[in-house]
Amino acid sequence: MQYDLVVIGGGPAGLAAALEAYQNGVKSVLILERDKELGGILNQCIHNGFGLHYFKEQLTGPEYAGRFIRELSGLGIEVKLDTMVLDVSNQKEIHAINTADGYFTIQAKAIILAMGCRERTRGAISIPGERPAGVFTAGAAQRYCNMEGYLVGKRVVILGSGDIGLIMARRMTLEGAKVLACVELMPYSNGLNRNIVQCLNDYNIPLYLAHTIVDIRGEERVKSVTVAKVDEKRAPVPGTEFDIECDTILLSVGLIPENELSKSAGVPLDRRTSGPEVFDNMETDVEGVFACGNVVHVHDLVDFVTAESQKAGRSAAKYIQNGEFGRNDCISVKNGSAVNYTVPQKIRPAGVEKQVEIFFRVNNVYKNMAIRVTSGEQQIARFKREHMAPGEMERILIPKMLLDKVTGQELTVSVIPE
Amino acid sequence: MYDVAVIGAGIIGSAVARELSKYHVKAAVIERENDVAAGSTKANSAILHAGYDPACGTKMAKHNVRGSKLAKELCRRLSVPYKQIGSLVLAFDDADMETVRKLYDRGVQNGVEGMKILTLKEVLDKEPNINSDIKGALWAPSCAIVNPWEYAIALAENAHDNGVDFYLDHRVTGIEKRDGAFVIRTVKEPIEAKYVINAAGVYADKINNMVGGNEFTITANKGSYFLLDKSQGNLVHTVVFQCPSRAGKGVLVSPTVHGNLIVGPDAVDVDDREDRGTPKASLDYVREMSQRSCPSISFRDNIRNFAGLRAQSSEESDFLIEESRVCPGFINLSVIKSPGLTSAPSIAEEAVEILEGMGLELIQKEQFIADRQKVVFKELSVEEKEKIVKENPLYGRIICRCETVTEGEIVDALKSPLCPPSLDAVKRRAGSGMGRCQGGFCGPRVAEIISREKGVPMMEILQDRTGSNILVAQTKTEGGSL
Repeated sequence: MQYDLVVIGGGPAGLAAALEAYQNGVKSVLILERDKELGGILNQCIHNGFGLHYFKEQLTGPEYAGRFIRELSGLGIEVKLDTMVLDVSNQKEIHAINTADGYFTIQAKAIILAMGCRERTRGAISIPGERPAGVFTAGAAQRYCNMEGYLVGKRVVILGSGDIGLIMARRMTLEGAKVLACVELMPYSNGLNRNIVQCLNDYNIPLYLAHTIVDIRGEERVKSVTVAKVDEKRAPVPGTEFDIECDTILLSVGLIPENELSKSAGVPLDRRTSGPEVFDNMETDVEGVFACGNVVHVHDLVDFVTAESQKAGRSAAKYIQNGEFGRNDCISVKNGSAVNYTVPQKIRPAGVEKQVEIFFRVNNVYKNMAIRVTSGEQQIARFKREHMAPGEMERILIPKMLLDKVTGQELTVSVIPE
Repeated sequence: MYDVAVIGAGIIGSAVARELSKYHVKAAVIERENDVAAGSTKANSAILHAGYDPACGTKMAKHNVRGSKLAKELCRRLSVPYKQIGSLVLAFDDADMETVRKLYDRGVQNGVEGMKILTLKEVLDKEPNINSDIKGALWAPSCAIVNPWEYAIALAENAHDNGVDFYLDHRVTGIEKRDGAFVIRTVKEPIEAKYVINAAGVYADKINNMVGGNEFTITANKGSYFLLDKSQGNLVHTVVFQCPSRAGKGVLVSPTVHGNLIVGPDAVDVDDREDRGTPKASLDYVREMSQRSCPSISFRDNIRNFAGLRAQSSEESDFLIEESRVCPGFINLSVIKSPGLTSAPSIAEEAVEILEGMGLELIQKEQFIADRQKVVFKELSVEEKEKIVKENPLYGRIICRCETVTEGEIVDALKSPLCPPSLDAVKRRAGSGMGRCQGGFCGPRVAEIISREKGVPMMEILQDRTGSNILVAQTKTEGGSL
């Protein structure tokens, strides 16, 4: 099989990328999706709040995905559902499998990686204690609840106050469970403020900041957890322990971009994001292989995923039509003070038409800061921000005119007090 | 009335069952949990030791070495993952080097072949990621790694194929002798047998007590482990031990047959024989000690912690393999701690010899099914994959993405004779949920397949043991909480 463009993943990233490539002239497009339907993780996100930026409406996850799925149908974009990609070679040969076609290979001119991410597990953070039934990642509990129609527990403790944990606190409550606590390791929450209000405060669910779970008890099923305060080094403080009787623990302790296939394709990853290193046009270091969405870095808002993926789609179209973009003349983007990482990690000024978009996250909660973009000693741009947090991805736009002032090969994004 | 009833379906009980199934003997295995390998058999270092550890002349020494020799062919026949990768015992100082030399001599005496004492340079050539602050090491090429629960499951399934009955979820509550035969009372129906074999692991003393024996008491000694992501699996290529102490073989670092890295165990006595939790102190200890062998282990890449219990006894330092001194017809295969896994097939041979000596007639079967087949999709060649999907489309649907496990393999597991309706039973057979996402993605899907194949409602699907239901209610059937 041969296609001009193969998109791996039919969630919001893959959908937007495929559509944009198609609308930019690529007619031979195939989306490979492992689930029985398109939509990705949005299918289980039945709460609303999606699309405030992109559609200027408040949609549920399935509604947001539905807009793109509807746009897709009737176009010539091919979709293979219930299909798992097993391998991608650095020559853009894809090995995949499904029940209908069996085991098959596809040669693609361009590939867009849109595999999303997985949830961090109990083992990754080595929570001590027994291993009873009743310990779930929040996303798995969400799937059981919203897609299969089952409650995973009745008395719930949630570890992690990221958005998934907060959303599930509300969800479980609405379905008849008692959520006894939300326990957060950091002294601040990583979730969107509106979720703290709408999911915890509105339901009187206590939030324990700077706390963690230090023990899990129960033989067949969870019976209780021990929670303790943590110090500045995030180590449990002896003497602060208290027990909560519960039958369920939901873990919302981080998302990890799923890059097994990227690795097998020889795509270099950025250790800070766990995703591929990308240029400003979303191309990876492997020519003709692009990436977008949560597989590159974990997003907070699907609207940004859509925009980023459309960028990737347009770039893939350009690549298919005009050939490779050229490696010369690259600016490396570095993370300076208070900045954890930037996406993109590299910029090709020759390809920038109007402006370049840089996303980044800060490493703490800050007030009244300035974002500084520097090239050596020279300040290229400066932006003011009243409030910044690790849970809120930042976005800055650097006009081409300012980019042209960059001397040398490096651009640094830092955050300093105003 | 059975000829022989084996109490315990761990590695020992399963090995005995398979050995017995070679003969025209009516045999049964009685197990308290709902699955084979539910106790320490599924929670250990997964190592088939070379045999230099046990003191010379002990049953441990004899069975370790013979079990190690039997394993390769047995695992091949039964489709059990097995890799002979050798082992190193590191010496950090002169005292350790002395210990290493003693182990070498002991190994030679025990019949271990191919050992060598390596210099620092030779060790680092073999294993560049080992702490370079060592003096040397004992190299034993016959050491191997195995999938320990699959070893037991394969032996048990093969025994079942050859006519052995299995009574899972049948905890034994009492044993009586009546008219020269045993009546074994369980939480379900009683089972009668002429001879009883005690292979009850950490509960072996309780079972022994039931027939009036009190030669030994078991103290459960717990060892906690880390299991790391496959990206750490190439850190070492052999099993890396530190010098043994009174507590045991110490903290080791080893690849697993699946390509992961296993690190542990420690050794802590516990009162509660159901206590298999991993306490923080143990995890901290293992982390610290293991880094002495391999300073660059990245614990950030841990995917699971677990713990297993050793059946130790202060009265017996060796395996206790003998007919009961107070109850004729009752055989103890007790105090089987390390090297129990390695020794199992050899212990099974001795158990059958003891039975023969007690008067059990052993007529070999002409039709003995010696092999067990298993489809492991990810290990097939491209052509084999293409073929098998055409024959059965269920092999064309990947359910567990992390480990590339197909629906076909999950259905195979559920159709196997001894598989309860639990996610972990399927995991132990098909491998789904063993990977880096630990079942986060495939869990709900596997649950659906279990429900369909076993005709069991979703609400009755278990995580593992009886009572470990994963789901508690259906949504939209009850009111809000208050």
